[in-house]
Amino acid sequence: MEKKTLFDKIWDAHVVRSVPNGPDVFFIDKHFIHEVTSPVAFLNLEKRGVGVLYPERTIATPDHNVPTVDQDKTIKDKLSRMQVERLRENCKKYNIELHDLGSAHHGIVHVIGPELGVTQPGMTIVCGDSHTSTHGAFGAIAFGIGTSEVEMVLATQCIMQSKAKKMRITVDGQVGKGVTSKDIILYIIAKISAAGATGYFVEYAGSAITSLSMEARMTICNMSIEMGARGGLIAPDETTFNYLKGKQYAPKGEDWDKAVAYWKTLKTDEGAFFDKEYHFDGSDIEPMITYGTNPGMGIKIKGNIPTTEGMEGSNKTTYLKSLDYMGFAPGEPIKGKKVDYVFVGSCTNGRIEDIRSVANFVKGKKKADNITAWIVPGSREVEKMAHEEGLVKILEEAGFELRQPGCSACLAMNEDKIPSGKYAVSTSNRNFEGRQGPGARTMLASPITVAAVAVTGEITDPREVF
Amino acid sequence: MPYDSFNVLKSTVVPLPTENVDTDQIIPARFLKATEREGFGDNLFRDWRYDVEGNPKKDFVLNDQTYSGKILLAGKNFGSGSSREHAVWALYDYGFRCVVSSFFADIFKNNCLNIGVLPVTITPEFADVLFKAIEENPKTEVEVDLDKQTITLLSTGQSETFDINSYKKENMKNGFDDIDYLLNINKEITAFAESR
Repeated sequence: MEKKTLFDKIWDAHVVRSVPNGPDVFFIDKHFIHEVTSPVAFLNLEKRGVGVLYPERTIATPDHNVPTVDQDKTIKDKLSRMQVERLRENCKKYNIELHDLGSAHHGIVHVIGPELGVTQPGMTIVCGDSHTSTHGAFGAIAFGIGTSEVEMVLATQCIMQSKAKKMRITVDGQVGKGVTSKDIILYIIAKISAAGATGYFVEYAGSAITSLSMEARMTICNMSIEMGARGGLIAPDETTFNYLKGKQYAPKGEDWDKAVAYWKTLKTDEGAFFDKEYHFDGSDIEPMITYGTNPGMGIKIKGNIPTTEGMEGSNKTTYLKSLDYMGFAPGEPIKGKKVDYVFVGSCTNGRIEDIRSVANFVKGKKKADNITAWIVPGSREVEKMAHEEGLVKILEEAGFELRQPGCSACLAMNEDKIPSGKYAVSTSNRNFEGRQGPGARTMLASPITVAAVAVTGEITDPREVF
Repeated sequence: MPYDSFNVLKSTVVPLPTENVDTDQIIPARFLKATEREGFGDNLFRDWRYDVEGNPKKDFVLNDQTYSGKILLAGKNFGSGSSREHAVWALYDYGFRCVVSSFFADIFKNNCLNIGVLPVTITPEFADVLFKAIEENPKTEVEVDLDKQTITLLSTGQSETFDINSYKKENMKNGFDDIDYLLNINKEITAFAESR
């Protein structure tokens, strides 16, 4: 029998047909939509006179542009309000399940999908958002698509894509104290570069991965796109099943047993072929931070910003342009740099486990005076749990400002913008120029590192504080 | 939606040698708040093109009248990051019909093909040749022939072939999009869905 990877098994089971010398017609099990990348897709459906084929396979929530204060009031920003209202109209018109602002399961689309148990092993999941790769943590093929493809999924539940090449990244061994899954993925991206996995779908394996919780696995898969990968996935196991059991949309009773029996088959066969493999040693990974303007520009917090040695041409020009934007010089240490803002949140690190770890570290401490500290839960559910567990009180006593759920300062489509020239250490996923506001300087790190920075007011290795 | 068909494009070229240009640079998130696809070209490369007061930055290539054309020649790893199709809408709306680079990000490339902007991948060596030729003479023309799958520097005749699958190629030549194809096999799709 042909030996297949996990990715092969799921992909091949969803091909409706293969176009000769062309892409596969690829069937989508679940489709998430939000207010920013869906309105033009709906508009085009109307122009074509086509409806939504399987509305029950699409789930909507407004997350990208929503304010994180006063969510019970009318959205002040006119364009944001119009996008959210358009989403409501479209969901009503086409009978699509909407988790609206203020409802019990409102939140960032990639946080609520898993929370509701919509995301399940073996599924194909798409959304007009590149961080859809998050759902791969459940052993699903999940990736971001453009608005034309959102339209295709609404109209036909399919898209047309060629199968990606296959990469496996194995991280064995145990990571040290103060090292989180965010550090693991920042380390991997720094090793293979921001374009190192372009053209590939990545499977993460090894004991340093399988020992992680679902939340931590989601952080890893979430950032697959930051090395160019179409997506990333992790084979489902007992951790996955335990997370899903009892969730609202998870199978129940006999269906559950059947589902688990199938999910257990979802793993890469011994000896299956990968186009590319990487192996890393978990014990080599230390707390990481980015210093430049793409997520591949990451170093150990104890390390120095790379020099330009060996660089030439546009490579060197691009590198120096990036450092100039950040206000850093080649060769200097990153530790001790002054910081102005910290942001805890996003689809990368806005889950309850992240909030818990920050609260645990800042308990009884105060943020530094020079720091503005924002904490934005990924969902209403996370917010609720944070209140119930007493985390909100701890964080507020430490000087953190708790906001309402949404994408917030990760991409600064709402009012949560880092001012020009200011430095932010952020648990989000992108440090691109202007990502957190025009002129904002972003450094990506783990929630624990962000907690340490909040307390000291400067770039700090969390192991030296706590 | 259907777009203008693409056959042979002969044009001067706008050079942008910066590497790793992400879609947040092509169109910043704060300009994604539209409910219709129009006017995105005005904000193409917004923060590289204009200062905070909205004045054009002189050193950015789109503000340099020396350069113009329907072809954008970009540095490697162009279009990384966010899946926002708005980035390609902005390029199209501004007037670009073809983007040439030695390396494209996946989602961006797919989005290009879906709305009629031809992504042409060339070798890093040929990219260097083109950048140099344009620097020496900004009026240099390049010809992209989709049917032959060739890109040619007309001043010297230097040429390379590029890859595109025959399905996408026919779509581009006719201005078709995937949804036409999918709607035509609707019965097969619903049968597949029901068998699951």
